[in-house]
Amino acid sequence: MTSLPAQTPDRQLGLVIDLDICVGCHACAVNCKEWNSGGHSAPMTDWNAYGGETDSEGQDEGAWGVWFNRINAYEAGDGTASQTVYFPRSCLHCADAKCVTVCPTGASYKRSSDGIVLVDADLCIGCKLCSWACPYGAREYDATDKVMKKCTLCVDRIYNDNVPEAERIPACVSTCPVGARHYGDLGDPNSEISLLVAARGGYDLMPEMGYRPTNKYLPPRPRQVAEVVDLNPSPAANDGTTAGAGNNLLAWVDAMLSR
Amino acid sequence: MHPAFSVIIFTTSSGAGYGLMALLGFLGMFGLLPTSQTFGAVALGLAFVLITGGLLTSTLHLGHPERAWRAFSQWRSSWLSREGVLAVATYVPMVIFAIGWVILGEPAQFWSWFGLAAAVLAVATVAATAMIYASLVTIPNWATKWTLPVYLALAVMTGALWLAVVLCAFGYSSNLVGNVAIIAVIVAGLLKRLYWQSIDTAVVVSTAESATGLGHLGAVRVLEQPTTSATYVMREMGYRIARKHSDRLRRITLGVGFLVPLILLAAASAVENPLISGLLIFLAALAGSLGVITERWLFFAEAKHVSMLYH
Repeated sequence: MTSLPAQTPDRQLGLVIDLDICVGCHACAVNCKEWNSGGHSAPMTDWNAYGGETDSEGQDEGAWGVWFNRINAYEAGDGTASQTVYFPRSCLHCADAKCVTVCPTGASYKRSSDGIVLVDADLCIGCKLCSWACPYGAREYDATDKVMKKCTLCVDRIYNDNVPEAERIPACVSTCPVGARHYGDLGDPNSEISLLVAARGGYDLMPEMGYRPTNKYLPPRPRQVAEVVDLNPSPAANDGTTAGAGNNLLAWVDAMLSR
Repeated sequence: MHPAFSVIIFTTSSGAGYGLMALLGFLGMFGLLPTSQTFGAVALGLAFVLITGGLLTSTLHLGHPERAWRAFSQWRSSWLSREGVLAVATYVPMVIFAIGWVILGEPAQFWSWFGLAAAVLAVATVAATAMIYASLVTIPNWATKWTLPVYLALAVMTGALWLAVVLCAFGYSSNLVGNVAIIAVIVAGLLKRLYWQSIDTAVVVSTAESATGLGHLGAVRVLEQPTTSATYVMREMGYRIARKHSDRLRRITLGVGFLVPLILLAAASAVENPLISGLLIFLAALAGSLGVITERWLFFAEAKHVSMLYH
């Protein structure tokens, strides 16, 4: 069972993350944790949630727990040209998911119907090898349940007849306040999401690893380099016919509108 | 990678056990070992204890050891599963060989074929162990062409050292086994040097830029981690060893694991007194095994996982 599907799955359900839009609010991660606390891989265990537990060196271990979605912030480039990019990371449901093939028990599997990678917690022996095989750090071990857990693409939600049809999308997508997350069939080149990827130059993370991730990332759009507006022009520049403050405001509005 | 203590003990102990089994099988096949039943019982018994002790230790790092039997099912795709299947399969000819040698007193002819089969399976088990690591492209320091030969050479080396100890304990002096041990120590030491050379000069393929795909914007730096404290991935994969410590531990590994056994083995062959030479050989085996434990610890501690590029 831990062999990958012989045929390319009919559908390749996955996510597309728009790095141009994401504001790094962590709402997707929080709603992921909330939904999955009652879902397929529940519970989403937390440890030392209130602090006080110390490690072998006497330091507080820190509050930590199982999350399927993590948001980093990166800074790319230098000086005035540098950009801050918020970067949500979760399982990419790879086409060539080595986390599945290394599994000795058949607990990890990739569904042939929609390409979702799942863990059967009843078969997992907790050897952690799948997490070693994942280049993206997407799998997290539950030290209380003693099994590996991971993003399910909300498999218990997207096919769930008990939730309104409009809400049958992954929790992270449904909650994103800025629409930076898209969900759909990336195996169909004509799907809305595939067209979005093509239009925006969506890309794979660490393509050199050869895992062929399903999820794609849309790059930040190129910066529009505005002229530097001097909000405090020297008095000499004022001809004195109108109030200086009003002039400045108009200059600023003019500059903003002509960007 | 965070050094997993149970895995280090497992690969060191079982590696020596499988190396010992392989030598008993191969050398026994050609009638190059004493045929005494007690010698057979102790030598095979030691191999059995080393292998079984290691395998049992390996289950300590499992979350659900009671489900370990499930690991025999996915041999088509998983090296860990193959390792499990081969490890257990080795016991079958090994036990039959032991019955022929220890109980019936006939290690040669018919029964030696089972010894040979056990030897082949023992080598295959060690190879499968090595391939678990060598097949992980996510850990460039492990996915090298030297990983497999190093594991095999160290298994033969420690197996030969402990075989020399058992031979000595029974008052046999075997130039052959002594020479095999010396050659194995030299070969294993050279392979380990080549391994270190290869990881030190390896071209870095994955970078923070390729991990984020933001390289076109310039160099990528982490501004904020996902949480204030370390995640599972950071705790499991994020183990870092200071360069100066790793240099020192490499020298300790080379010294204790290879140089000391070499000197002790040479001294043992020069000493007339069997008691002293026996003691020297025992110390050589002990040093070799301690060296392998250090080597395994370093194997983990020096390995960087590409997922840490996100952190």
